[in-house]
Amino acid sequence: MMATKKFMFVNRKAPYGTSYALESLEVVLISAAFDQEVSLAFLDDGVYQITKGQDTTGIAQKNFSKAYKALGDYDINKLYVEEESLSERGLNKDDLMDLVWEDEDEDWAEKPSIIMVNREQLSDVMAEQEVTLSF
Amino acid sequence: MVNEGPYQHQSADSALNFARAVLAQGHEIFRIFFYHDGVNNGTRLSVPPADDRQIQKEWSDLSKEHDLDLVICIAAAQRRGLMDENESKRQGLDADNIIDGFRISGLGQLIEGSIESDRTVVFGD
Repeated sequence: MMATKKFMFVNRKAPYGTSYALESLEVVLISAAFDQEVSLAFLDDGVYQITKGQDTTGIAQKNFSKAYKALGDYDINKLYVEEESLSERGLNKDDLMDLVWEDEDEDWAEKPSIIMVNREQLSDVMAEQEVTLSF
Repeated sequence: MVNEGPYQHQSADSALNFARAVLAQGHEIFRIFFYHDGVNNGTRLSVPPADDRQIQKEWSDLSKEHDLDLVICIAAAQRRGLMDENESKRQGLDADNIIDGFRISGLGQLIEGSIESDRTVVFGD
């Protein structure tokens, strides 16, 4: 039996200009099989990864934004979004996808996975992590 | 974890120097995982100019000297054309290009390495 650690995946890049977002998501999905305490952070251009209405028609790339909606099913339900990164880009919480998870202990009630934090709060959450993988 | 390609980005050199430094201080390296363009650290077909450093060969030599586990992510490698003999055969391709000291495996190796190690250090952009 392996130890359980607090893993945070830090997403800093826009979803399509580079391969970082897609390949980060691939690691996140694999990590779910290891029963770890996984959380994600979205900051800088990384906030674009979970915006609504992504359309990849015309860039010959798979629209993988739907995969974020499946994270709740893998018990990955702590998605920290940095408020400053959103506002610096003229975005707000309503521009983000409605990402939820179902709480087994409360009769599968749907709860939001997105946790809005400011830069200082995010730094506190990062300080609590045991493994931080940055993409 | 090494996330960037050699020569293109400083992170490959930094990781190599960091690995040497921690080994010199008596630490153990459980594994080095190569992801994104970092998989290109494991090609044996790189021919840098004679007056330049030989990053892939330096990884290979360091691996032999310290019995390091250097792992290239299979998903990232397949996209970028990094193949070992088995994978090349499996894909019906006519060549392979992995340098000695590296092996190809899955992303689970990154997660397992992070669980087993006291520290995980990311070298990337």
